[in-house]
Parts: sequence; structure tokens; C-alpha cells
Amino acid sequence: MENEQISGYLRSDGRMGIRNIVLIAYLVECAHFVADEIASGFKGQPVHVIGFSGCYPNQHADKVMNALCCHSNVGAVLLLSLGCESFNKQHLFKTIHSSGRLVHTITIQQAGGTRSSVKKGSEWVSTALETLSRQPRLPMRISELIIGTICGGSDATSGITANPAVGLASDKLVSTGATVLFEETGEMIGLENDMAARAVTKELGIELYDAVRKAARYYTIMGHGSFAPGNADGGLSTIEEKSVGAYSKSGHSPIAGMVKPGDIPPQGGLYLLDLVPDGEPRFGFPNINDSAEIAELMACGCHIILFTTGRGSVVGSAIAPVIKICANPETFRRLPEDMDVNAGKLLAGEAGLEEISLEIIDRIVDTAGGSPTCSEALGHREFVLSYKSFGPLGPSCLPL
Amino acid sequence: MGTIRLHSDDNVVVCIRSLAAGEEVLIDGHLTKMPALLGIGHKLAWRDIRAGDPIVKYGIVIGTATTDIARGGHVHTHNMKSNYIPTYLNEE
Repeated sequence: MENEQISGYLRSDGRMGIRNIVLIAYLVECAHFVADEIASGFKGQPVHVIGFSGCYPNQHADKVMNALCCHSNVGAVLLLSLGCESFNKQHLFKTIHSSGRLVHTITIQQAGGTRSSVKKGSEWVSTALETLSRQPRLPMRISELIIGTICGGSDATSGITANPAVGLASDKLVSTGATVLFEETGEMIGLENDMAARAVTKELGIELYDAVRKAARYYTIMGHGSFAPGNADGGLSTIEEKSVGAYSKSGHSPIAGMVKPGDIPPQGGLYLLDLVPDGEPRFGFPNINDSAEIAELMACGCHIILFTTGRGSVVGSAIAPVIKICANPETFRRLPEDMDVNAGKLLAGEAGLEEISLEIIDRIVDTAGGSPTCSEALGHREFVLSYKSFGPLGPSCLPL
Repeated sequence: MGTIRLHSDDNVVVCIRSLAAGEEVLIDGHLTKMPALLGIGHKLAWRDIRAGDPIVKYGIVIGTATTDIARGGHVHTHNMKSNYIPTYLNEE
């Protein structure tokens, strides 16, 4: 696998991207419609919309937006401002500009309103697409990839087929030097001791343990675990049961570190993304849906998202292609156009875990090479970013 | 076949396909009639379980039995609970 040749777009920080996207980023909900109007003129082209709806400032949202606008899959950014919101657009503009990417701001209140902003924005996007189309793809190594893993719409097959298969694929990726992130400490409740024992240092183990305890406390205060009624219909009875299944996505590699949304892992290895806010709950549930988790994985640099599902989630994402790994063979038969890999073959005895993990790696290589995933081909580009608050990363979180 | 026991410590097995009501499945050597239609992924008791016993799957405790469950019985939210956060279900 180390010799597998993929290609990508070189960025000024030395990192490589597997897509060359023109991003339209709205800086408050009031500019969202205009952003969508501009993007709707470029159907089938790599023009994606992300944004932050809130009008009040938030350090977390600021960090995530800065990280996403400089994501290695992004080549150019159009910032869309209403004009009176509190988002620090000057700082965001400077960050993007100094990363060497094309960037332009349209402020609707100064640009003459909706119609005129859509016209000006569309012209800029056309020019940016033209410029990016001339950028060559250069050779890239598998070890340069950052892969995010997530499960959504889980049922009791998720933890038997798709999640262990992703765990095995993750082990193979990590052994080549690639970076893999797993997340949702609210779905590791009951596994804190096992996870701590896998940490590369004892101090990191304590940080991991504390992160899960923090999640358990946070969700207890909210009155709900990370558990939807559909999970129970699919045979899962408790958060612990869902957790064990979800945790198997992380495979058996040592855990090299822990990051928070917007931190890019410093080197290859397996990392936990701690996405549960610090301190007293202030803004509601940690992640209101799967798309919000994907946004934070991408803010940590993920090029591709491996998404396991039993019940049958159809979501994709802006910026990073989503590879859907279906755990349940009955779901795969119902939703064949939305699923990239049928891990449910395992239950019918038609394939082993090893074979399915290799199929996942093949899909990663194809996707990195430019082939669209099912959700990309269908045009899925979900994106959700909400308010959160975090303290600084603990001193033992990145020991390497 | 029709079920899988994931770990040698487990006191539940998992359906690897949908099982029809009345269908007979071998559980620990005993032919057991399915109490109702059970979807893929649902759990059945591998042996008699007493109220208060831990429910073990993957070799890990995933909750506690709230009633006695006979071998072959459906193990789910009606007869087990989380040791951490209560499970939320839509009202019928």
C-alpha cells in the first residue's frame, strides 16, 4: 500500500489536497441565501458552500472557519458578508490570503443587495474556477492523507461489520504513516479504561480518560446520551452498547494524541478528536447531528471521511468526500445508490473483515485520485457549524 | 444459524438476519422458538439471566437486566437499562 500512487494539489504550507474546491463561505445566516444562489449557478462543478449562521462572535466557530477556508482540499474562497455581523472577516481574509489561496470578499450591504451580489460573486467564482483548472495534480503519498472516521444512523450491525472493518483499514493506514482521526467521546462511555491503556504515554492516557468522563458528565446534564430512537429500532439498547460498536472504528493502533476541533495532528498516527465542549454546558448538545461532527473532523485537516452506517444515512459533505460503508446488508439492498462499500457481506459469509478493509482502502485510493464517492456524485454537500467553547489543549495531549 | 455470539464471556447472542416469529433457532444447543419478529442486530439471551445481572456483549458490560430473562428471550430496552445515561425512545 505504501507504494500506491495518488495525486493531489500542492499548497503553500507543503500539504497536499485531493480536491481543488472554490469555497463560498457565508459569515452570518443573513448572507446564506446569496451564497446558495451563487453556488446554484455552478451545479456539477467543485463550488461548495459552508458558513457560520450566528451573529454573535465565537472563538470556536472562528477557529473552525479559519481552518476550513485553508483546508488542503480548498483552492479559492469567496467570503460572503452581510456587513453588520460580528464575524472577524478581516482576520479570516488575511489568513486565507497569506496561505496563498485566491480570496475575495463580497459585502452585500455595499455591493448593491442580493441581485448585484449574486452577479459579482458568480463572476469571481467563474474566474477562480478557471485559474484553479490550470493547477497541475502532483504525485502524493498515502502517508500524506488525513482520514476521519465517523458512524451515523447506527444499528447493531454497525459494531459487527462496518466499524471493525474501518478499524482494520485504520490500522493499515496508520502503519503506512497516514493520520487517522476518530471522534465522539460521548460514544466511548464505558470504554475509557481500554482507551487510556492504548495511549502512547501514561499522561495522554489520563487526558483520554478525562475526556470521556467529561463527555459522560456533559450528556448527563443534557439529559440525553448520543443515542437516537432509531438506534434502538436497530437493536441497540444502551449508550454503552452503541459505544463498544463505535469504538471498534478506532482499530488497535496505539493512540498517538488527542486534538480539539481546528487542530491539525502534527504527524502520522491515530488521534482522538475531543469534540465535547469544556466547562459548564452553555450552547446545548455538543454536536447536534453527524454533519456537525464531519465539519470538525475536516477542521482537523481530514481529506476524506469514512462514514459507517447501519440504518442508512445518506449525508455527504462540503470540502471532504464522504465514503459510505454500509454495515447492514438489508439496508445496502434498500439504498444501493448511496452506499460505497457493502460491509454487510460479512454477515452473509460472503467476505471476511480483511477483504472488506482492503475494499475500503481501494475506495480511499480511488477517491483520492479524483473518482467521486456516491454522496459526491449525488451532489450531497451538507455542512453544519454551531456555537461551542473550548479551553486550551492539555499539555500531555500531543506527546510526539 | 441466524445468530452470532461475539465473545466467549457474552450472555447474549446477536441476530445476523431478520428472524420470523415462531422460527426455531439453536441457542447454546437448545432449539428456541422466536417470540416475535426480530430484526437483524437484535439480542437474545444466551442463557437464563436474572434481574440485576450485567448484560455482556463483545465481552463488555453494556447494561443491567431489569427483569428475569429466559434463554432465547429478546433482550432490549424493555428488560435492560444503561449503567450510565437512560436510553431515550419515541413515545408510542
